[in-house]
Amino acid sequence: MVEERSVISKLFNGFNLFLLIIITLLCIYPVWYMLVVSFSDKAAVAAGQVFFWPKGFTLGAYKLILDDVQFFKSVGVSVTRVILGTITTFVVVVLMAYPLSKTSKEFKPRNIIMWTLIFAMLFNGGLVPWYMTMKTLGLTNSIWGLVLGGGLPVFNVILVMNFFRNLPKELEESAIMDGAGPWRILLNIILPLSKPVLATILVFTIVYHWNEFFQAMVLMTKNDQYPLQTYIRSLTVVTDLSKLDAESAKLLTSTSNQTLNAAKIFISMLPLLIIYPFFQKYFVKGITLGSVKG
Amino acid sequence: MKNKVIQEQVPITTTVLKRTPSISLSKVFRSNYIHYYLMLLPGLIWMFFFNLFPMYGTLMAFKDFNPGLGILKSAWIGLENFKYMFELEDSIQVFKNTIVIAIGKMILNLIVPLVFALMLNEVKNRFFSRSVQTIVYLPHFLSWVIVAGILLDLFSLTGPINQLLSIFDIKPILFFSNPDIFPSIVIGSDVWKEFGFGAIIYFAALTSISPELYEAAAIDGASQFKRLISITLPSILPVAVLLGTLSLGNVLNAGFDQIFNLYNPLVYSTGDIIDTWVYRAGLIDMQYGLATAVGLLKSFVSLILIATSYGLAYRFANYRIF
Repeated sequence: MVEERSVISKLFNGFNLFLLIIITLLCIYPVWYMLVVSFSDKAAVAAGQVFFWPKGFTLGAYKLILDDVQFFKSVGVSVTRVILGTITTFVVVVLMAYPLSKTSKEFKPRNIIMWTLIFAMLFNGGLVPWYMTMKTLGLTNSIWGLVLGGGLPVFNVILVMNFFRNLPKELEESAIMDGAGPWRILLNIILPLSKPVLATILVFTIVYHWNEFFQAMVLMTKNDQYPLQTYIRSLTVVTDLSKLDAESAKLLTSTSNQTLNAAKIFISMLPLLIIYPFFQKYFVKGITLGSVKG
Repeated sequence: MKNKVIQEQVPITTTVLKRTPSISLSKVFRSNYIHYYLMLLPGLIWMFFFNLFPMYGTLMAFKDFNPGLGILKSAWIGLENFKYMFELEDSIQVFKNTIVIAIGKMILNLIVPLVFALMLNEVKNRFFSRSVQTIVYLPHFLSWVIVAGILLDLFSLTGPINQLLSIFDIKPILFFSNPDIFPSIVIGSDVWKEFGFGAIIYFAALTSISPELYEAAAIDGASQFKRLISITLPSILPVAVLLGTLSLGNVLNAGFDQIFNLYNPLVYSTGDIIDTWVYRAGLIDMQYGLATAVGLLKSFVSLILIATSYGLAYRFANYRIF
């Protein structure tokens, strides 16, 4: 690349760099602020004296969490949900993507099944019929309601299927010649070559199940069955604000336990903050594959 | 790594094919049908119960639903629910709010990631641009529950934003109780959360531009700005147009998860959207028929919009989902 040396160019690059740094800081500051608040003194936070660094440093909030049974219960629910949800999604999506990756010549019903999937992805019955279905199937107050309630992850099926289709056909043909059946081909030949796309749906699925809060809010009648996000929502978002005016809003912000909630919020985002950078090159690839296909 | 493995395998393949040319592949595939169906079965069952079965419930939209009687036995009332919906003053407002917020998001979520990607593309330091990318992806991985919790703190009466404003002698603002400000906060926070992730596609498009183009232009004396205008922008514009077209299906999706966690009755006039309204009407007020009708209308219009946008994308950009 030929370097530019004019003054205008230098000015532009400097300004550009400056703006980019500001933007980046804006992305990270809200998260940093939560961390800082969680380590600060309650009174200092309520008085609005905390910005970039903890004021009156204390581990009090985290000590309080240690005694919070409900918090640990909901962590347990979330972890169970992520594990069951990931396994279910993985098995179902991979098994489904393989036959659908065949051409319609090799597997005639392929196209009609594909269009059914697309329809199921784009059209949904809406909230009330969904809720009725979950009730009919007896999935209220059950972890399986949360695992299966989102429906078949069609987008993931399409992602994996497109990846399978781009693998060289000769691989499979030679395996057939050697007498390998479809299950063996999928397990021993296709899957070992598909690590990038499998990592992509892994991270998408974990993020989805860890972050989803609404289904549990509707399906679970007892609080101790709430996953973490639903539990945190019940703390931070006040549900009945019907009588809210300026005065009571003021009261609300000053009495609610900001530092404790901040600590809980921070802990609940920590797992994703830790894992996403490791998956970065995979989901970048997955996004590029999945959304713009020429 | 993947490519290496494939390259090693290919020569073996060809020799095998030469050795046994007699087996017909199509026959093999035909005898595999039973296995293919078995593989599809779990997914099809999942789809049947959780994606397709709820569609049967949409019949409630055309019935005077009585939970005691069930869906089938409840009386048909035709389009009564839909008529009632349009008579409600709320519903017009709710549709308007939804469209305003959704279109605001669509436009900004198209432009901001594009501009950001172009800005970062001008930075030649690889380490810097990689670090920036990793950091701006971060908000995408936070749930709206978390982001709402953070925003309510940041924008609270004593929070950092109001403290910052007080430096400029601006009185504390109740951001989340002000219907005039609320839609802007919703759109702004959505852009904040998603612009980095949205830029991924542009980054991919930018790296696929041939460096030779830039070198040739530089030799011809084109300035940095000139190269941006005449090489980078035209190469990336088709991607932007395609993404814009595909996003048309979102006109009625203003973002339930976000608004549900941010709004309160004080901002219903500008912040209540179809999905939140359906939630309250259906699951809180138990007006099942009405809520189903509104939800169905939304799903139906969205489906038509998405089909249109995909059709356009297919015709003009040869875009296919599968």
